[in-house]
Amino acid sequence: MELEDLIALTEAESSQHAEIEIRVCTAAGCLSSGSRSLISALEHAVEDRGLGDRVGLREVGCMRLCCEGPLVSVNTSTSDGTRVPTLYGKVDAAQAPDIVTSVEQGRKSAEALHSIDPNGPFFAHQKSVVLEHCGIVEPERIESSIALGAYRSLHRALHDLSPAEVVEQVTRSGLRGRGGAGYPTGLKWATVAKMPPGQKYVVCNADEGDPGAFMDRSILESDPHRVLEGMAIAAHAIGANQGYIYVRGEYPIAISRLDTAIRQAKRFGLLGSGIFDSTFNFRVDLRIGAGAFVCGEETALIHSIEGLRGTPHPRPPYPAESGLWGHPTLINNVETYANIPVILREGADWFAQIGTEQSKGTKVFALAGKIRRSGLVEVPMGVPLREIVERIGGGSPEGSSVKAVQTGGPSGGCIPAELLDTPVEYESLKALGSIMGSGGMVVMDQDDDMVGVARYFMNFCMDESCGKCVPCRAGTVQMHRLLDRIERGEASHDDLVTLEDLCDLVQHASLCGLGQSAPNPVLSTLRFFRHEYESRLIEFSGPPSSAVSSDPR
Amino acid sequence: MAVKTLSVDGQLISAREGQTLLEAAREAGISIPTLCHLDGLNAVGACRLCLVEANGRLLPSCLTPVAEEMDVQTQTDRLQRYRKQIVELLFAERNHVCSVCVANGNCELQSLAMRLGVDHLRYEPQEPECEVDLSHERYGLDHNRCVLCTRCVRVCDEIEGAHTWDVAGRGTHCRVITDLHQPWGDASTCTSCGKCVMACPTGALFHRGSSVSENVHDRETLHALILAREEKQWLV
Ligand SMILES: Cc1cc2nc3c(=O)[nH]c(=O)nc-3n(C[C@H](O)[C@H](O)[C@H](O)COP(=O)(O)O)c2cc1C
Ligand code: SF4
Ligand code: SF4
Ligand code: SF4
Ligand code: FES
Repeated sequence: MELEDLIALTEAESSQHAEIEIRVCTAAGCLSSGSRSLISALEHAVEDRGLGDRVGLREVGCMRLCCEGPLVSVNTSTSDGTRVPTLYGKVDAAQAPDIVTSVEQGRKSAEALHSIDPNGPFFAHQKSVVLEHCGIVEPERIESSIALGAYRSLHRALHDLSPAEVVEQVTRSGLRGRGGAGYPTGLKWATVAKMPPGQKYVVCNADEGDPGAFMDRSILESDPHRVLEGMAIAAHAIGANQGYIYVRGEYPIAISRLDTAIRQAKRFGLLGSGIFDSTFNFRVDLRIGAGAFVCGEETALIHSIEGLRGTPHPRPPYPAESGLWGHPTLINNVETYANIPVILREGADWFAQIGTEQSKGTKVFALAGKIRRSGLVEVPMGVPLREIVERIGGGSPEGSSVKAVQTGGPSGGCIPAELLDTPVEYESLKALGSIMGSGGMVVMDQDDDMVGVARYFMNFCMDESCGKCVPCRAGTVQMHRLLDRIERGEASHDDLVTLEDLCDLVQHASLCGLGQSAPNPVLSTLRFFRHEYESRLIEFSGPPSSAVSSDPR
Repeated sequence: MAVKTLSVDGQLISAREGQTLLEAAREAGISIPTLCHLDGLNAVGACRLCLVEANGRLLPSCLTPVAEEMDVQTQTDRLQRYRKQIVELLFAERNHVCSVCVANGNCELQSLAMRLGVDHLRYEPQEPECEVDLSHERYGLDHNRCVLCTRCVRVCDEIEGAHTWDVAGRGTHCRVITDLHQPWGDASTCTSCGKCVMACPTGALFHRGSSVSENVHDRETLHALILAREEKQWLV
């Protein structure tokens, strides 16, 4: 494969574009609400009307407004060549003939169909960088990715840039890890690149265990080549020849699409040996996780890939120095890698001017909870939380009001409605005792009980603790019991003191990030909603009467 | 060999490069409580009792190499508070009834509790249902007394080379297991060497037939073995 071949493929693919293109979302959300049967109904409808050569049916990834799934988008070419998309939501298989008839007759929409304004607030306030091709590109066809520019940045990295220049671009872009901690990506790459030459590895962390989060899954299901390209660029930059994608077993669609994508890329000579006729070799293998949250922690993930029990070990040494089988290993998150091709394509400075001083670029969030419009959202860093919750998400449904927003999952915290003007940035969220995390965002309304929320996340951490270190293994159990008692109104003031003491211990003495962040939901709800705890405490009234003998001798 | 100079509890000490803070401190006569650590086995940093404060950070001394000009505190109020909490959490985690325990009087958990002044538990006992495995003809395993320090796992893997032991489950459901979770007596890899029993800090692993307070852990034999292997010093 050479650049000319890529261009030829792109041209061949574009010339195949049908006059009318119908795209159906086949990401997990829409699949579960019936997009598979919808696709066969559409196929039949196209066939029945003999429209096979005018209509192209495309199976694409996430179109973001997941609450309206299954989603269908129809593109009709006008005389001047521009394409006007129409978006339909909650499409039933029985409506397939309606869609096909309406596009055939050039009508904008049939009455019975629920059409969504693609320029409505949910879409208008987003900015697509990582998700630019999500819902457009066909995840199971590499030709479709190539037509949209996939692997061009890899070509450039291999032929026009030295590894050091690639690292320099990533550093200058200001990109920070999207897996939670926000560590500067360029710095991490530079560290691994500086390790002495020899066996090195590139790992993509696609474990995504946070409850409510589906950003990484959507990217993998919708645009897998983008992640592969990002990994290959990283491998070239740091001098690795082998990569692993660690995906959780609960993501079968992502796994199968990645598997397809890897095989296609190999067939096209975009992975494997002598990529783009260079001396660069890069092989990628999938590793399937068995569904332990802690395996997202990088040292546990490394153990798991090595075939050992997925428990963390203390850092240092960091994986950059001693990772897989003791070799320098670069671990980044899915979304982090997905940012790389566009950084090389548009340039570090272009990227750096999106977002804020400390937090550059965009961030993808999985917006859910008590909100009108839920789904996948990409916004520039620095927008106020209010923008996401109220403008994009449309605020709470009729008759309720937003009380708090939970960000960062079990490692994060609840931000009260009064602070919705906080910009979405690593530092500002941290200052409120929450974190950006990987991007789960759950909106809560006045009916949500904050002690219950804290207990829910503590239950999660307790179940997911690997059991290696005492503060996390035994501490989370006791914290959960205390929260449970407070929630049921059976705890005293002393119990609250014990709970706060345990927060301090578990946060500071635990071995890995799971335990260290497990108290965050408790601490943040205590900080902003302390009265919900205190109003439930009871006065301690001595031992229960049954324990006191009624007949003292 | 490079030597590092550092301060521990305000006292200047020198240590060999590559030594851990724990080793260096102990050499200087400063004792730091430990439970998962056993000389000669790879450290895992799991019990968190040996945490110290160095330049504002909490570090497990059993795993942290000494560094030049480190300023280490091993006995701050905060550290003592954490240690006490950890021991209390362990007592509340399983069923410890010292008065009827084979390790009574020879138990590291018990000594830690005494040393740290644990006179009551702030936490509700979990009272899990734990089994006792008496399938091995010479030894027994009582999960009620296990603190999951994984010393048995490591001694069996690193010194005996059998890797009979492992940990199954997660969180509070973790249990040490033999082979692929078979009864110990059926574990075909077990050589009946007894090193795990020697290494166990509590009454979880014991010699069958020993009664209350009779289970003395023979740590000297283990240390002699390690010394013999690593430094070719034989005690004859
Ligand atoms: C308990 C725990 C779970 C984690 N889970 C994930 C995960 O599912 N995906 C992820 O990318 N990072 C996860 N992380 C963060 C990773 O350890 C690591 O920081 C990240 O993969 C680094 O990539 P980045 O720099 O691109 O963010 C987790 C961390 C902890 C402590
Ligand atoms: S903090 Fe929790 S998850 Fe992490 S090592 Fe300790 S027990 Fe395991
Ligand atoms: S193992 Fe130790 S602490 Fe536990 S009951 Fe036996 S003597 Fe007491
Ligand atoms: S059986 Fe003994 S040595 Fe093994 S983990 Fe339990 S307490 Fe530690
Ligand atoms: S002795 Fe260091 S953590 Fe247990």
